Amino acid sequence: MSNQPVHPVDKLRRIALHMRLDIVKMIGAAGSGHPGGSLSEVELLTALYFRVMRHDAKNPTWADRDRFILSKGHGCPALYATYAEAGYIDPGLLNTLRKLGSPLQGHPDKRMLPVLEASTGSLGQGLSIGIGTALAAKLDRRDYHTFVMVGDGEIEEGQIWEAAMFAGFHKLTNLTCIVDNNRQQLDGFVKDILDPAPVAEKFRAFRWRTAEIDGHDFEQVIPALEEARAAKDGKPTAIVAHTIKGKGVSFMENNPEWHGVAPKPEQVQAAVKELEAAAV
Amino acid sequence: MGTTTTVKTKFELKMGVATREAYGQALAELGKTNPNIVVLDADLSKSTYSAKFEKQFPERFFTIGIAEANMVGIASGLALSGKIPFASSFAVFICDKGYDQLRMSVAYPHVNAKFCGSHGGISIGEDGPSQMAIEDYALMCALPGFTVLVPADEFAGRALVKAMAEHKGPVYMRTGRPKAPIVYGANDTFQIGKANVHGDGSDVAIIACGLLVAQALVAQSQLEEEGISVRVIDMHTLKPLDEEAVAQAARACGAIVTAEEHVLEGGLGSLVAKAAALSHPVPMEFVGIQNTYAESGTPDQLMEKYGLTAPHIIAAVKRVLKRK
Repeated sequence: MSNQPVHPVDKLRRIALHMRLDIVKMIGAAGSGHPGGSLSEVELLTALYFRVMRHDAKNPTWADRDRFILSKGHGCPALYATYAEAGYIDPGLLNTLRKLGSPLQGHPDKRMLPVLEASTGSLGQGLSIGIGTALAAKLDRRDYHTFVMVGDGEIEEGQIWEAAMFAGFHKLTNLTCIVDNNRQQLDGFVKDILDPAPVAEKFRAFRWRTAEIDGHDFEQVIPALEEARAAKDGKPTAIVAHTIKGKGVSFMENNPEWHGVAPKPEQVQAAVKELEAAAV
Repeated sequence: MGTTTTVKTKFELKMGVATREAYGQALAELGKTNPNIVVLDADLSKSTYSAKFEKQFPERFFTIGIAEANMVGIASGLALSGKIPFASSFAVFICDKGYDQLRMSVAYPHVNAKFCGSHGGISIGEDGPSQMAIEDYALMCALPGFTVLVPADEFAGRALVKAMAEHKGPVYMRTGRPKAPIVYGANDTFQIGKANVHGDGSDVAIIACGLLVAQALVAQSQLEEEGISVRVIDMHTLKPLDEEAVAQAARACGAIVTAEEHVLEGGLGSLVAKAAALSHPVPMEFVGIQNTYAESGTPDQLMEKYGLTAPHIIAAVKRVLKRK
């Protein structure tokens, strides 16, 4: 079983807050990056790495570890913050984000940071890679679970639906796709660009079981992920997690301008102040 | 360099099986000894001959459906989990439809996944240009860290499939649809990155790959009768290129003709020209497809019309000798 302690929800909230601070600061220090879609992932990643997934930071190549693939690679600051929190990387590395020679590349690079399960950044590819790891688990008769996180903008890519069709048809119960449904993409709101809604219905049509949750509410996130991991009904699980892009920083929330722009030093300060105030 | 075969007798075209069939044969053999080999296909397993593996090891074979991008991604995930996936389709579909995935999910993380594109070139015949890969060498050689193989016949095909299974890292092999003339025997050996050299001729070197190796050997026989001393180099590995073989050929012969079933942009000729330019620049001529798509027809008609037969190689040799 997991070597991670099972954290109560109030502890998870503190971890999530700390990760948000890390995300804002590291993107600010980098001078570029994607804050909006990083902040929307935080509770999902916190629940995965500190409550649900079987993994061991002291043994990152453990054959039976659960796999997490961040298909929406631009949201990697949140994953790097998770790795730092979970003990996979030195927290001191976070301020090297996007700098020459840093393992924390602008988008996830497994060559530079081997703890990553995949290199991502060209949207639409992570779910297929996750099918590969899920098939390997079946071939090797291992019971690890593969979680893949995609964005709701990302699922405009056709490869996602090739993968969805395959996973449903092949009854890959050991695979979960989490849709970080933050309703925005680079050019604006998903509903105005190429609305994939109804997302859960589409996955059900491809023979998946689905759940729709508030992606910031641990009381909903944890049971949905645990049920997906425990499912034995012959279906992969899609969790449509409704989230807020830029969550926790009021001037970033629900503003597509913050998809791929770094906060300036004074904005970092304002964001830190707001996040810390919310913690009290 | 790899082995050098002394050419004593006139080369005659004697047909063996297609290199795509050799691929299937070798996979079925490998499956017996290597439990990590997993085979994927995108609804063309009877044509790529990956079905030969499926027949013996159905639990390690996955038909992905007509979804090449997904197939390449799945191969990446399997490789990241310690499997040795071999994924096949027509060369044009796996390379072109799966290219971003080959780049992002395979080459960039340098995973140990293997790909086979069958029906390479225009010698597929009647199905026409939509099914003909004439750009795959350029596409696959452009991916950093990829190894790119083009066997000339069934013996080379089987041996190189085994070599690609042993090689650590991403590998692409192009195979062909028609029966391929036999160039080798069971005792010939093949090493990734080492060309197989036929003869030690000193007037001109013909550097070829795939089906053009047999045509080069036919040309060699005819040219030798005319008193022109020819060495043929089977460059079965396009990447990493055997630059030493090119340098030696350039120094020894002073003229090079390349021959390939691919557009001249970014293929074997370009690679050899670069290697020669860096070591020992000599006059060169290039036999290949001239900036065009082909059409339907019999394989022989197409190879003739688009300039990929022994007479075209001989003409190129005559041109290059005038420039020496």
